[in-house]
Amino acid sequence: MRSKVVFRRLLRNNQARYGFVALVLLVGLAYVGPFFGAYDWTDKDFLSFLSPPGGDHWWGTTSIGQDMYAVTLRGMQKSIIIGLLVALISTGLAAVVGAFAGYFGGWVDRVLMWGVDLLLVLPSFLVIAIISPRLREGTWLWFVALLAAFSWMITSRVVRSMTLSLREREYVLAAVYMGIPRWKIIFRHIVPNLSSLLIIDATLNVSGAIIGEAALSFFGFGIQPPDVSLGTLIATGSGNATGYPWLFAFPAGLLVALVLSVNLIGDGLRDALDPGSNT
Amino acid sequence: MGKYLLRRLAINVILVAIAASLAYMLAATTMNPRAAYEGRQPPVPEAVIDATLDAYNLNDKTPVLVRYATWAKGVVTGDFGKTWNGGSVNGEMGRRIMVSLRLLLIGTLLGFALGVVLGAVSAVKQYKFSDRLIGVSSFVIMAIPVFVLATLLAIATYNLNRGLGFTLIEYTGEYNPRLSGWDQFVNRLNHLILPTISLSLGSIAFYSRIQRNMMLDVLGQDFVRTAMAKGLRRRTALTKHALRTALIPSATYFAFAFGTMFTGATFTEKIFAWHGMGAWLVDSINQNDVNSVAAVTFFAAVCILFASFLSDLLVAALDPRVRVS
Repeated sequence: MRSKVVFRRLLRNNQARYGFVALVLLVGLAYVGPFFGAYDWTDKDFLSFLSPPGGDHWWGTTSIGQDMYAVTLRGMQKSIIIGLLVALISTGLAAVVGAFAGYFGGWVDRVLMWGVDLLLVLPSFLVIAIISPRLREGTWLWFVALLAAFSWMITSRVVRSMTLSLREREYVLAAVYMGIPRWKIIFRHIVPNLSSLLIIDATLNVSGAIIGEAALSFFGFGIQPPDVSLGTLIATGSGNATGYPWLFAFPAGLLVALVLSVNLIGDGLRDALDPGSNT
Repeated sequence: MGKYLLRRLAINVILVAIAASLAYMLAATTMNPRAAYEGRQPPVPEAVIDATLDAYNLNDKTPVLVRYATWAKGVVTGDFGKTWNGGSVNGEMGRRIMVSLRLLLIGTLLGFALGVVLGAVSAVKQYKFSDRLIGVSSFVIMAIPVFVLATLLAIATYNLNRGLGFTLIEYTGEYNPRLSGWDQFVNRLNHLILPTISLSLGSIAFYSRIQRNMMLDVLGQDFVRTAMAKGLRRRTALTKHALRTALIPSATYFAFAFGTMFTGATFTEKIFAWHGMGAWLVDSINQNDVNSVAAVTFFAAVCILFASFLSDLLVAALDPRVRVS
C-alpha cells in the first residue's frame, strides 16, 4: 500500500523523473552503446593516434589509438557496477551493524561503536591507496570491498540511534514476548522500519562510490590498467586536456551526468519517502 | 565536565596511536624504499644501501617490529624520523603545514561565509527565481568532483591567458621565486585565485543547502514572529534572531571542515602543484616513503579528532539546549 503511494509521489516529482530518464539513458548508453560502435574497447587503430572526434572514431582516439567511444563506455560500465555494488554492501553493513548495536546495547553496542570510531579515524584514502594497487592479480572486486568497508560508518550511527527508539515500540515488544529470537526481530521488524532511510542512503551511496572510485583511480590507486574506469580515463585525459580536449571532455561529462542523475533520484526519493523533511 | 573531557582526551589519544601505528605497520610491510636505491646507475653496493636504510630506519631486513619500536620511540619524543632520502620528516611537515595553511585558510573561510549568506538569501526568497537559481547551481556543482572542477578551471584559464596573450591568472605553483617584495606578494595572491575558487565552490554549494534548510525551519517559528511583532525591522529580525539560530548545524560542519582542512585538499594541491600536506600523502605513497606516510596519517588523525572536539564545543556554545542537558 505505502509503496504505491510513495511510487506515485515519486512519479509526480519532477527532479526524480528527470533523474530516472537521464539514468536510464546513461545506463543504456553504457551497455547498449558499444554494439553500435565500429571498434571494440581492446582494439587499437595504429593509423590514427590522438585523432579528433570524426566520422570514423566518433569521440576521437587516445595516444595509443584506442577508440575513445568504446573505451569511455567500457569505463562507464565499470563505474556503474562499482557504484551499485559499493552502495549495496555499505548500506547493508550499516543497517546490520547499526541495528545490532542499537538493539542489543551493552557490550555489543560498545564494541561495535568503538570499531566505527576506529574506522572513522583510520585514513581510508591511505589504506585503499596502499592496498589496492598491490592486488594487481586480484580482481577489481577487492577494490569494491575496500571502498565499501570505509563508507558505511556514519549511516550505521544514524541507524543505531533510530533503533534505540524503535526498540521500545509495542510491536517489537510483542514480538519479544512471543519468543521470537532477537536476531530475527532485527531483520523482521527493525530493519524494515528503517527502509526509507536505507533506500535514500543507498541511492546517495551510489553517487558517492562512483566519485570515490574516480578519485582514487585519478591517482592510479584504483582500477589498474589494462582495465579502465571513468576515473582512469579522466586522469589520463586531464594531463593534456588543453591540447586534446576530447580525452577529458567525454569521460568527465559522463561522470558528472551520472552522478547528477543519481543525486536527483536520491533527492526525489527523499521527498517521496519522507515528506516531512525539506532537505 | 572536566572528567568527561579528560576521558574523551584519553580515548582520542588511544585512537590516534592506533591509527598511526596501523598506518606505519601497513606502510612498513608493503612499501619498498630499497627500490629507490637499487635502480641507480652506477649500481650502489648492497652494504651501502643497507647502511643508508639502517640510518633512516627503513631497512626491510630489520624485522618490522624492531623498526616499529624505533619509530614509536621517536614519535613519543616528537621525532617522526627521516624521509626516504634522509631529510627530516619534522622539517618537511612544518613547511608543508604552512603551505596548506596559506592555500586553504582563505578558501575555507570564504566557502563558509558565502555559502551561509547564499543559503539564507535562498530561504528568505523561497521559490523565487534567485532561490531556484542557487538551488540548481549548487546541485550541479555538488555533482562535479573536485578533480574535474579543478581541471576545468585550469583549462579555462589556459585559454583565457592564451587569448589575452599574457598571463592574467596563474594556474600552477605557489609563487614566482624571481620576484620580491610587493610584486612577490601580488604574485602569491594571483597564484591563490584558482585553487581558492576550486576549493570554495564545493563548500559554498554544500553550506548553502544546509543553511537554506535550517533557515526555513527557523523562519516559521514563533520567536521570529515575536521579534517582528515587537517592532524590529524585518532585516534585523532575520539576521539577529533567525540566522543566528539557524547557524548551528553549518557551524558544526564548519568546525569539522576547519579541522580536516590540512589534509582535505589533496586534489586541489596536486592539480595546481602546491606542495602541501594533501599532496604529501600522495607523493609519499608513490615514493615508498614509510615514515612520511605514518606522519601524515598521525597528523590527519589528530586533526579529525580535534575537529570533532571543536564541533562539540561549538554546539555547546551556540545551542542553549545542549548546555542544559
